[in-house]
Amino acid sequence: MMKSYSARLGLKKTWVYVVCIFLSVLSILPFLVMFVNATRDNYAIQQGMSLIPGDMLQKNLETLSQRQNFDVLGGMWNSLQISSLSTVLALYFGTLTAYGLFVYSFRGRQLAFSFIMAVMMIPTQVSIVGFYTFMFQLRLTNTYIPLIIPAIASPTVVFFMRQYMMGGLPLEIVDAARIDGCSEFRTFNTIALPMMKPALATQAIFLFIASWNRLFEPTMIISSQSKYTMPMLVSLLKSDRFRTDYGTVYLALSLTVLPLFVVYFALSKYIIQGVALGGVKE
Amino acid sequence: MAQPAGREGAGSLRKRRRGVSYSRYGYLFILPFFLVYAVFQAYPLINTISTAFQKYMITGANKVIGPTFAGLDNFRNVLTKGFALRAFGNTWIMWIINFIPQMLLALVLAKWFTDRRMRIRGQGAFKVLVYMPNIITAASISVLFYSLFAYPQGPVNSLLAALGIIDPALYANPGSAATVAFPFLERGWPVRLIIAFINFWMWYGNTMIVLIAGILGISPSLYEAAEVDGASQRQIFFGVTLPLLKPIMLYTLVTSLIGGMQMYDIPQLMLQQGSPAKEMIQTNTMYIMELIYAGTRDYGRGAAVSVLLFIATLLVSLLFFYFLRDKDAIRERRALKGRARA
Repeated sequence: MMKSYSARLGLKKTWVYVVCIFLSVLSILPFLVMFVNATRDNYAIQQGMSLIPGDMLQKNLETLSQRQNFDVLGGMWNSLQISSLSTVLALYFGTLTAYGLFVYSFRGRQLAFSFIMAVMMIPTQVSIVGFYTFMFQLRLTNTYIPLIIPAIASPTVVFFMRQYMMGGLPLEIVDAARIDGCSEFRTFNTIALPMMKPALATQAIFLFIASWNRLFEPTMIISSQSKYTMPMLVSLLKSDRFRTDYGTVYLALSLTVLPLFVVYFALSKYIIQGVALGGVKE
Repeated sequence: MAQPAGREGAGSLRKRRRGVSYSRYGYLFILPFFLVYAVFQAYPLINTISTAFQKYMITGANKVIGPTFAGLDNFRNVLTKGFALRAFGNTWIMWIINFIPQMLLALVLAKWFTDRRMRIRGQGAFKVLVYMPNIITAASISVLFYSLFAYPQGPVNSLLAALGIIDPALYANPGSAATVAFPFLERGWPVRLIIAFINFWMWYGNTMIVLIAGILGISPSLYEAAEVDGASQRQIFFGVTLPLLKPIMLYTLVTSLIGGMQMYDIPQLMLQQGSPAKEMIQTNTMYIMELIYAGTRDYGRGAAVSVLLFIATLLVSLLFFYFLRDKDAIRERRALKGRARA
């Protein structure tokens, strides 16, 4: 006998909720274990898994702060400099390029745009050998310049800003500014750029996080430990000298993840919207 | 940067041919992008390609050898004596066992969340939770999993002991634990599966959100028409939703594949020093790094692997452009149909 329609729907809904709750727990659980273990000592951690916080946070913090060459705050400061500067450069020059392609008609405009679209898919990893040897010749290795300046040429930013301009920047406004005697650069800086704010904000979040999380290029370029970025410090946690005390490993991991948690939960609404707009993958 | 008044006036008068007299600003505005691109991307790429045909290395004792022209030696070396093919194989296997379940789960979830009969509540919170791993530093996540799967006394092993899957009595004694606790990080397939799982776990939320947006973008009138014609929910999903979602799914596939081929952070940090699992998880970018970073810096061979990776990426990109063109054609056809109906 067939069950009634609403009963079947109810059953299916229950199943959906069970799956969703399971997946939500799966997303949180590893981080929960990490935060809990940050408050336990090595012995307790080795005795087994627990979801009840211990009372060794203070001790773990002390042990971690005495570690040589593991400066969490320094790493954060280094990452912050690189990420914020490269984000600002990518946004400003990406928007400038998109504006140039959108507002002005000139010979080669279509070609320039097609070129930017074409190189969007080329990852930096494939040219790392040439990049490294060239930076070495320029004596720029072990500086932040190779990690910051290339952001000026960010094809994805150009693409998204141009998309946004097509819907949100009427050319009449540019014309009106010209009639009022506004120079081209001032029109861009004081009129067009502020109109791009919503798109800039979304892009800023993703650019910043992507830059913050980057490991491959900094590992190539940076050699002295005082200049290590956050992910580079994290990779040190794998080494044997940390493996003797898991409490501090989990604590150090927690400290690297915590800022991202704060940013994410504060901006999650915009981040999810941004993902839905599509193509924000790195 | 004031402009002569005459110019401004002329510009506004020639409104229809707007931009003509301003074309030099177009060049000026896009100049920084192309300049930086040339120096930091294009030249390094050309440099990499030319290095691939040279013998060029710096030994551990800082002795520079080359660069001298070496023809195809580097390519021959990495493909036959080296590990380029193995690295390609590893990368693809780990990508495939992450992507197929990722796409399937994302599709199922997207279908549930857009089902107008079910009206699933709490979607916003769910999206926030399952997307979260995506923005957390991959390095941190890898080291976290590396610690969770530690041997012999990591949380996963102790959980298995608590569940009785491995014997807790033996487990309590580290000396005899070796035969009981499972050394996940020293076995090829387990590490591969863990790496694929991390990728899956980090990305399915992202794919789901993109697919939901795609499904919500499909015109409701199509669904209404299908329902009026008496199509079942299953028929509607396979006959309407899935075909119209194809471009977005292809886009996801290609971006995931291009990203996947550069896989570095996760496998590198899941690799235990001296673990025999290395030959099953080393990806191309890890191999490049090994060639040019550890001991003898062999730029020639590193560049050869880079060029092979570049060619593979290029092929996938070309595939993408091929499908993208297809997508536009579909959209155009749809637009034409829409106009005909209206």
